[in-house]
Amino acid sequence: MIKAGSLPPGGYDEMFSAPGAAQPHYAAYWRWLEGVSMDTVERKRKEADLLFHRVGITFNVYGAEEGTERLIPFDSVPRIIPASEWTLLERGLLQRVRAMNLFLHDIYHEQEILRAGRVPADQVLANAHYQPCMQGIDLPNEVYAHIAGVDLIRNSDGDYYVLEDNLRTPSGVSYMIENRRMMMRLYPELFARHRVAPVDHYPALLHEMLEQSCHVTHPCVVLLTPGRYNSAYFEHAFLARQMGIELVEGADLFTRNGIVYMRTTAGPQQVDVIYRRIDDDFLDPLAFNPDSMLGVPGLLSAYREGNVVLANAIGTGVADDKSIYPYVPDMIRFYLDEEPILKNVPTWLCRNPDDLNHVLANLDELVVKEVHGAGGYGMLIGPASTREQIARFREQLLATPENYIAQPTLSLSTCPVFVEQGIAPRHVDLRPFVLSGREVRLVPGGLTRVAMKEGSLVVNSSQGGGTKDTWVLEDGAC
Amino acid sequence: MLSRTASELYWMSRHLERAENMARMLDVAWNLSLIPFAATVEDEVAAPLKITGTLDRYIARYDTVQINNVMHFFSLDEENPGSIYNCIRSARENAHAVRGRITSEVWESINATWIELQNIRRFGLIAMGASAFMDWVKERSHLFRGAAYGTMIRNDAFRFIRIGTFIERADNTARILDVKHQIHAGQGNSAVDYYRWNALLRSVGAYEAYRELYTDRVTAEQIAEMLIFRAEVPRSLRSCVEMLAELLPAVEGDAGLDAKRLVAVQFARLQYGDIHHVFGIGLHEYLTDFLRRINELADTIQSAYLELV
Repeated sequence: MIKAGSLPPGGYDEMFSAPGAAQPHYAAYWRWLEGVSMDTVERKRKEADLLFHRVGITFNVYGAEEGTERLIPFDSVPRIIPASEWTLLERGLLQRVRAMNLFLHDIYHEQEILRAGRVPADQVLANAHYQPCMQGIDLPNEVYAHIAGVDLIRNSDGDYYVLEDNLRTPSGVSYMIENRRMMMRLYPELFARHRVAPVDHYPALLHEMLEQSCHVTHPCVVLLTPGRYNSAYFEHAFLARQMGIELVEGADLFTRNGIVYMRTTAGPQQVDVIYRRIDDDFLDPLAFNPDSMLGVPGLLSAYREGNVVLANAIGTGVADDKSIYPYVPDMIRFYLDEEPILKNVPTWLCRNPDDLNHVLANLDELVVKEVHGAGGYGMLIGPASTREQIARFREQLLATPENYIAQPTLSLSTCPVFVEQGIAPRHVDLRPFVLSGREVRLVPGGLTRVAMKEGSLVVNSSQGGGTKDTWVLEDGAC
Repeated sequence: MLSRTASELYWMSRHLERAENMARMLDVAWNLSLIPFAATVEDEVAAPLKITGTLDRYIARYDTVQINNVMHFFSLDEENPGSIYNCIRSARENAHAVRGRITSEVWESINATWIELQNIRRFGLIAMGASAFMDWVKERSHLFRGAAYGTMIRNDAFRFIRIGTFIERADNTARILDVKHQIHAGQGNSAVDYYRWNALLRSVGAYEAYRELYTDRVTAEQIAEMLIFRAEVPRSLRSCVEMLAELLPAVEGDAGLDAKRLVAVQFARLQYGDIHHVFGIGLHEYLTDFLRRINELADTIQSAYLELV
């Protein structure tokens, strides 16, 4: 008999509406779980660990001993999303990504949204991620963010909110697929009891989208990785293998007369599409960071001539920047003439004096983030911080207010995880992956990240977060 | 196929083959060291050092040639670049760099070997037992080969894996034969010799093969003939080069014409060679010349296919 831990007061739990009372979409799972012994769970957990290790589903930790590979903790209680909720999420995600691609096309062409005054021009044009070299370049299908990862959370009201958009090189999709494979291996009987929408066709959709992203009929598509010491190397190799394309490093590519080639055992071969998992700054040492050993000299000029497609495009970072985030709902209204389906988290821009004053007065209640930060670094969670930490952060904030935004501390919904004594609630978020080619698509699901520490709100894998399999149910029943 | 990928695959299989050969060689040295009456046990114990050309490096580290130190030096010593430990580590690094191009079963076999090896190293060779360790290494090598053979598409990736295996194996067989023959030269036909010839056959996994092919007693000439010319013996020079002569022409493109020609010439020399001719010019001289040629072939493969220029 499984013991369910108590629910945090005032929070929203994905599984239980009250202690021991499962929500309708979790009813079948909870019935199953009540008949499972903790010994079985423990045995399966060990099996999963062994398998993940052997398969090498690991990520490299920066700053740790070189080449250190760690497992991301995997929890086998699924995060279940009922069909009705997913339909809404899907519509909202497609709408949001469509608008952001229109925004990127606009700011690198006519800049109508700036002229209309809907987004302050200096915030775009003076943004570190705005790339003047992209101005006036026409891209196939006018797509910039071919792959977008949108981080969603659920507040105590049970509503979904977009926490941030990732339009540069979002990662994590391999865990979405591997977690599903692991769950099907560990608990096949669960899949007989639930109609779970499949996610493992993601690589096929991705490949199709990449092939469609250029005008060549049978394009040569490659995946460009920084190499085996990158934290997401497992994912790069995984996706290349699943798509049947070459996994290349910068040194494998060269340019001649504006054409990109890869060095093969049969001589140079032309490359048409590069799914790159390298940041803008490292792509081409001639154009960006001259010290980069990861990139390809001459790549930018080949790109600007239209001889190669980069996915994602250069300069997408200007749209997923935290200082641009508050304007996304307005982008949706401006370009699509629709009301946003997904909510934004209320955000204060510390560059505005009024906002800054509000933030300074309420530091102990707010979450303050660096505009360009990622991975959960460089942020302050007011309610969870000591007075000293807040005081130190206040100084940083006053020194460079334009580097920060602030948001209310959202509670983040919880979902149970297995603990020694049974199950206990932990905070989760959700990152679905949206693909934009000739059309915009996504697979039903995403990566659910979970803060494994009790009470913690930090779900990032670099800071001890774990993952869960995410089930979108196909039944209309719930 | 990417040159870098081909290079990683080629070296991955060379490193694994090297680890397996090392295990066979050590297994024999270990067993011979247990025979108390052998007067020249020291030569046998030192043989792996001579075969791999690491005597100086060893002496700098351990002073005296003594079986336990030799075993450690070649099995788990991190300071010896040619130790089984380092071969497997390198192979795993090669595999990691191209895991998108090998099947998950091949990758998992190598990765699991590496994970297990680290555990073995933590407790030491004595804890596991030398023979058990060598058996384990051979088994892991068989597993890798089986996984590659059973799951990989027959494309250039597969070919470069096989090419690496046979270059390394040909080099190893020639070295073992050369060094062992020098140790045994001019010896009589005592019981000790009997053990030693058998040991040589075991170190290249050819003991049973010899028994089947030659019914009479073991002689130096027959062993040499078998390990150089016999097509039926999987570790003979002829077999290795025959595989290379089959694999290289199948590699796509015209980049490797030199390598393809060299391997054809070398194969003809083995196909139409004759053991009396070999002993006429001297076995040591013949093998030295063979090693020079096989290394020339390896260098040519390297520059034609594997280097990023």
